[in-house]
Amino acid sequence: MTEILSFNNVSYSYSPEIPDARKAVQNVSFSIQKGEWIAIVGHNGSGKSTMVKMVSGLLFPQEGEVRFMKDVLTEENLWKTRSNIGMVFQNPDNQFVGATVQDDVAFALENNGVPFEDMVKRVHTSLEQVKMDKFLNHEPHHLSGGQKQRVAIAGAIAMRPKLLILDEATSMLDPQGRDEVLKTVRALREETGLTVLSITHDVEEALYADRILFMNDGKKYAEGTPTEIFALGDKLVEFGLELPFAMRMTKLFQSKGVQLAGEHMTEEELVNDLWTSNFNK
Amino acid sequence: MMEKMIFGRYIPGDSFVHRLDPRSKLIFVFAFIVIVFLANNAVTYAFILAFTLFVIFMSKIRLYFLINGLKPVIILLVFTFLIHILFTREGDILFELGFFKVYEEGLRQGIFISIRFLVLVFMTSILTLTTSPISITDGIEVLLNPLKKLKMPVHELALMMSIALRFIPTLMDETDKIMKAQMARGSDLSAGPLKDRLKAVVPLLVPLFVSAFKRAEDLATAMEVRGYRGGEGRTRYRQLKWDWRDSSSIIVLVVMTAVLIFFRS
Amino acid sequence: MDIKLQQVSYAYSMGTPFEKFALFDVDLTIPSKTYQAIIGHTGSGKSTILQHFNGLLKPSKGQVHIGERVIEAGKKAKELKPIRQKVGIVFQFPEHQLFEETVLKDIMFGPMNFGVSEQEAEQRARELIKLVGLPEGVLNKSPFDLSGGQMRRVAIAGVLAMDPEVIVLDEPTAGLDPRGQREIMDMFYQLHKERGLTTILVTHSMEDAARYADNIAIMHEGHCVLSGTPREIFADGKTLENYRLELPHIVRFQQKIEAMLNQKLSKICLTEEELAEEVARALREGRDVQ
Repeated sequence: MTEILSFNNVSYSYSPEIPDARKAVQNVSFSIQKGEWIAIVGHNGSGKSTMVKMVSGLLFPQEGEVRFMKDVLTEENLWKTRSNIGMVFQNPDNQFVGATVQDDVAFALENNGVPFEDMVKRVHTSLEQVKMDKFLNHEPHHLSGGQKQRVAIAGAIAMRPKLLILDEATSMLDPQGRDEVLKTVRALREETGLTVLSITHDVEEALYADRILFMNDGKKYAEGTPTEIFALGDKLVEFGLELPFAMRMTKLFQSKGVQLAGEHMTEEELVNDLWTSNFNK
Repeated sequence: MMEKMIFGRYIPGDSFVHRLDPRSKLIFVFAFIVIVFLANNAVTYAFILAFTLFVIFMSKIRLYFLINGLKPVIILLVFTFLIHILFTREGDILFELGFFKVYEEGLRQGIFISIRFLVLVFMTSILTLTTSPISITDGIEVLLNPLKKLKMPVHELALMMSIALRFIPTLMDETDKIMKAQMARGSDLSAGPLKDRLKAVVPLLVPLFVSAFKRAEDLATAMEVRGYRGGEGRTRYRQLKWDWRDSSSIIVLVVMTAVLIFFRS
Repeated sequence: MDIKLQQVSYAYSMGTPFEKFALFDVDLTIPSKTYQAIIGHTGSGKSTILQHFNGLLKPSKGQVHIGERVIEAGKKAKELKPIRQKVGIVFQFPEHQLFEETVLKDIMFGPMNFGVSEQEAEQRARELIKLVGLPEGVLNKSPFDLSGGQMRRVAIAGVLAMDPEVIVLDEPTAGLDPRGQREIMDMFYQLHKERGLTTILVTHSMEDAARYADNIAIMHEGHCVLSGTPREIFADGKTLENYRLELPHIVRFQQKIEAMLNQKLSKICLTEEELAEEVARALREGRDVQ
């Protein structure tokens, strides 16, 4: 396995001059391997966004180190690292730089001096990959939120990054837009084996991840597969998150005295358990 | 009112004029603004008027649409025409009504000035109507490129212009939303003495600035993360193509200048 | 105060070449003290409709009755202020409307525009800040020093301070984390129950409509295509599909369970608790029969 990104005992404080001030990120370590999808979950103010800023080099850790492709991230290799990371932000409007869809997708390519012929090819393929190739000349204010986010994804993957970061990219979208974006990312992963780091407080989105990093108050509270993390149950709720639908139903059923064999992450499992525990004895 | 205005609007199309390179269009219009002043007699004025009508025809934009959209400008035109008629007192009196006299020279000057005014407005409107704002920006950037040697931040200016253009509709929507929200809270922008109305603007302007700054901050972050660090080493996705249409329009320009010089008195 | 839309059509840029209709012959009655949900996709006309509830937009055709007042197409609408006091609107991302130096002043802005005395307005602000779940200490802070979620609550307090009889909510929880979403929605429901506040929720969340609304209207391409109680609306998933809408998660899950049990539950369940109870009962009864 190839390591794409790792945090080693990283801490960051927005007011480092005060020694006792609460640190936004405290002694966090984790790593992402090639092809993985990692979700960082936590309520607002849990340190998620500070972590993202340290990946993209908008902030540098005060303690510990961030490594990208095994190299410690520094001012010197910053731009090279950035060209290997694609990022989609929360507000679809505020990251759309180009006058039209194709101009926006080309923006990072232009910045990195990709030659014209190559650029045209890449813009078209990327837009096909997110199924926005029919909107080449559309202006941003004629697109829905979900469409704008798909354009942002196309702009990111046009650089053929080693890592795609979704920084609460679905939180301002309607349910339809959210589905569009998540479907796009899943299809991309199947097609290209893209490594994804998503920051979210949407548990249904986190369920797609291979591993979840659960942040609370600047610290890594837990790390594991979705099953392991959601087994924490009420602890998550206490920290301002929700449980996935199937788990909430499992708990409710149990509280009403319905017999079940175990906890379930998906509806199918739950329905099957309902059947086997109650009829198939 | 605003919706009927076509000044500064872009109407997509694929006419000869639409397909011209923005550079040739910009050069053409700016040169045209200068050579219009060569016209000084009936023949030359008739010539530039006829030529302008020909360009409108080539752009496939309906004359009716142009005139309808430029109504406010046309009022100004009629006004200048009347001024010339009333205040120029040379040549023969054509007719008089009491103390109201129309002189031959006044009528001549009035018509000439009106034609000059009209062709200038038409030509610049055709430029903006047939060229998307972003192409105009591209054209200006390339034409101003030599100024880079004088340390003029040409690329930055062009990028600023294109981002501004990109955010105009977004900020218009935002203004409308905030205005509605404050009206729903009982703020009244349309009534009362001037002092009250000025006060009522504060609840609109403060949120608008706050949000514009927030957007600017987000945008700057997004641009930085996407690898933007100034114009150096950058390639261009939007390529300008100069073809036979552009060369021929410049030839037309030269011929026209020659004709005007030859026929002017 | 009942709100009644009769044959309401609305066109943007009316009478210009850019004229575009956003509403077509909409009929909708919202009786006093009820909880009405209006559901539709972006562009379905739901945000156009909500601006008719307090005279921000005037219908191009038809009539809008707001209590005793009638706003009619083609007639000049004067003195809209009393209507705006009675119908408060919480717009999407309402924190964008904050502008005052302190939270207190911002909450007082609405009521004072409607002629409420300074004392009374301050009194209301102190009550409401607690109601929306913030400590009284924030009243003296600048709204721009608060977190996004807190700003949202301040903005909501600012609308409630007008003491409206009807409250219109446009996606009030967009962008909040799950806990914030639940707290805000529960707060409005409580206000609705305790104070009899007529509540109009404009949303694309089927879940919220199922959980809270007495009546649901479905908007699609400027038409009001369906209207009825949640159970009436959710009984017919096929029709909803035609409007590119899905049944609420909970109802879809009920259908899966019904398919497994091979029996219909006694009613369509609108909340997770309700479904758990129904399933438990169905299983108990099934066991008793065996």
